[in-house]
Amino acid sequence: MAMSSNRFALSELRERIARLEGGSARRREVLSFGVPAIDRVLPGGGLALGALHEVAGGGNGALDGAAAALFAAGIAARTAGKVLWCVTRPDLFAPAIEQAGLPPGRVIYVEAGDEKSVLACFEEGLRGGFGAVVAEIARLSMTASRRLQLAAESSGAIGIAIRRWRRQTEATDFGQPTAAATRWRVSVLPSTPLPVQGVGRARWQLELIRCRAGESADFTVEACDAKGRIALPSEVADRPLQKEKEIGRRRASA
Amino acid sequence: MLAADAAAYAAGLRIGMPASKAQALVPGLVVHDAEPDADEMALERLALWALRRYSPIAAADPPNGLVIDTTGADHLHGGEAAMLAQMADRLGASGLTARAAVADTWGAAHALARFGRQQTLVVPSGETAEAILPLPVAALRLPAVTIDSLRRLGFETIADLAGTPRASLALRFGPEPGRRLDQAFGRVSEPIEPIRAEEIVEVRRNFAEPIGAAETIARYTGKLVAELCAELETLGLGARRLDFLFFLVDNRIEAIRVSTATPVRDTKRLTRLLTDKIETIDPGFGIELMRLAATVAEPLHAKQTISSLAEAPEADVSDVIDILANRVGEDRLYRFAPVQSDVPERSVQRIAPMAPDTGEGWPGHWPRPSRLLPRPEQIETVALLPDHPPVTFTWRGVRRRVKRADGPERVFGEWWKRDAELVAVRDYFQVEDENGERYWVYRAGDGEDAATGSHKWFLHGIFG
Repeated sequence: MAMSSNRFALSELRERIARLEGGSARRREVLSFGVPAIDRVLPGGGLALGALHEVAGGGNGALDGAAAALFAAGIAARTAGKVLWCVTRPDLFAPAIEQAGLPPGRVIYVEAGDEKSVLACFEEGLRGGFGAVVAEIARLSMTASRRLQLAAESSGAIGIAIRRWRRQTEATDFGQPTAAATRWRVSVLPSTPLPVQGVGRARWQLELIRCRAGESADFTVEACDAKGRIALPSEVADRPLQKEKEIGRRRASA
Repeated sequence: MLAADAAAYAAGLRIGMPASKAQALVPGLVVHDAEPDADEMALERLALWALRRYSPIAAADPPNGLVIDTTGADHLHGGEAAMLAQMADRLGASGLTARAAVADTWGAAHALARFGRQQTLVVPSGETAEAILPLPVAALRLPAVTIDSLRRLGFETIADLAGTPRASLALRFGPEPGRRLDQAFGRVSEPIEPIRAEEIVEVRRNFAEPIGAAETIARYTGKLVAELCAELETLGLGARRLDFLFFLVDNRIEAIRVSTATPVRDTKRLTRLLTDKIETIDPGFGIELMRLAATVAEPLHAKQTISSLAEAPEADVSDVIDILANRVGEDRLYRFAPVQSDVPERSVQRIAPMAPDTGEGWPGHWPRPSRLLPRPEQIETVALLPDHPPVTFTWRGVRRRVKRADGPERVFGEWWKRDAELVAVRDYFQVEDENGERYWVYRAGDGEDAATGSHKWFLHGIFG
């Protein structure tokens, strides 16, 4: 009895907060991952469209952003329309992006000179007609992220900020709060073992570090397939239901 | 004799020589009558080409030159030096030998282009004076008579002239030498009157009172764009490039140039593109005339779109593309397209963002790294020859043990591109270390024959 009244109070509170935030004029649309275990954690059952999301790599990935780029490409691949990708360092290899589900005809790249113009291009892209806008940036202040979030809300495009730093020491910047709806960290894991010699499907440790109106969680997933979908590894997906709760859930920390 | 090139000089011909003497020196010389009018027309056409291609402020500089204000235009062509080289190349390709120079002032650039040592020369900002001092007085755009008498008095270089008291010079030669000197050193302004052409659609507005506030400029921009679009509509054209010139009261010209990826006649879009750039204008003491011209225009006809009931039409992003292209430069905005090549760094090319989509992709049977290093980095490895992946490797000072590996994927050199690649081979491996980090490494050479490569190992990409 006490439980249900608590839950009622909570949902009422959530509604009030959503009203205060002003984004509740229309029902938020989401882009689901197609992986129930992940979608269950996210409010609305998926990544919010018309919102800003942050992705960073873990370990060396904070510098090269290789896995983060594929994770972002996989999300962008599942949206409709063209994709804008803003970079400062042109080291993205387009064939790999295609293998994550984004054909070259859909992605337009902008090579901006510095961080400031990346942010300007990011915001401009979010306001105009793209299905998804991806930008590789190191510093993202609260003000800048709020502008991006508002731009994304105005058009319904999904904005993905790939946080990528030049030095490992700068990566502590990832602890700073931003207005992004979710914050992810993608770290590489040893690939799926094969019965023969060779490298299997890549695996990632996917940490949902921060999620607005939701809890953080982490998952072990298999990297994007040719349609941009991630999947749970078979030994995780097939294990009995009560065990699934053990996939580390932590309290929101941001 | 009106003109002479290097070959003519070698044959002993000089400008100003009578035709009969020249014919006597070079038997079989073909003589054409000079056509100053035709020359001038050709120069105008060339100026128009420069206007369309390089900068909103370009003009013919008779009898034999072009003058272009490259302020704010060079970065779109990869910098000043690259722009000059490209200009000389393009003119060379159409059979014209060109010499070019960039300097702070028209006078200095004029002198350096004609009397400088190199074919193309860029003088860094602020070093113009030192660059022109050693040039002969003939470089100063003075009448031939004046130059003759100056030289007779012993003035050989501009430095000689610049070091002489101005009053005595003016007494002897009039104000001209002093004025030309001041123009070359940038002490007096010398505006370039940009070329105009009949076929370029343009609208203009004079102001009785000079304007200067950004809001006022923006308001009149909107009005001018509306007028221009109405004119373009009657002609069935759409603008690809707009030049917006501001004539200031202090005899300067400021310019904005915007380009679009497709022909556009939409007032709102064009206004947005232009107002984005207003902040780059320095109105100084005020603007007395604004002129908006569609320098490059292409046919644009109304077309009926077929709407589908089943699916929502894909949003048009060409307006955002234009805004971004005008902000970061056209060449910074691109799509990747596949190239038929097995060599990874050659398998992608950049194409225009609005180029038609061919639907082609890369062959997807081998995994490719999401980050490709700009150039392969050499790594230290322990590996069995000829066809085993490394057991350990050291990259950027960190030693990694290879747990799993896939390969080799053999890439042969493209002998039709370079002779050196006739037998060259690269063997690519995908390797994974104990932390699960996956890298793309290759060995130059096939592991057996030293002719196929150095047998050194390189790291070329990082998998996600």
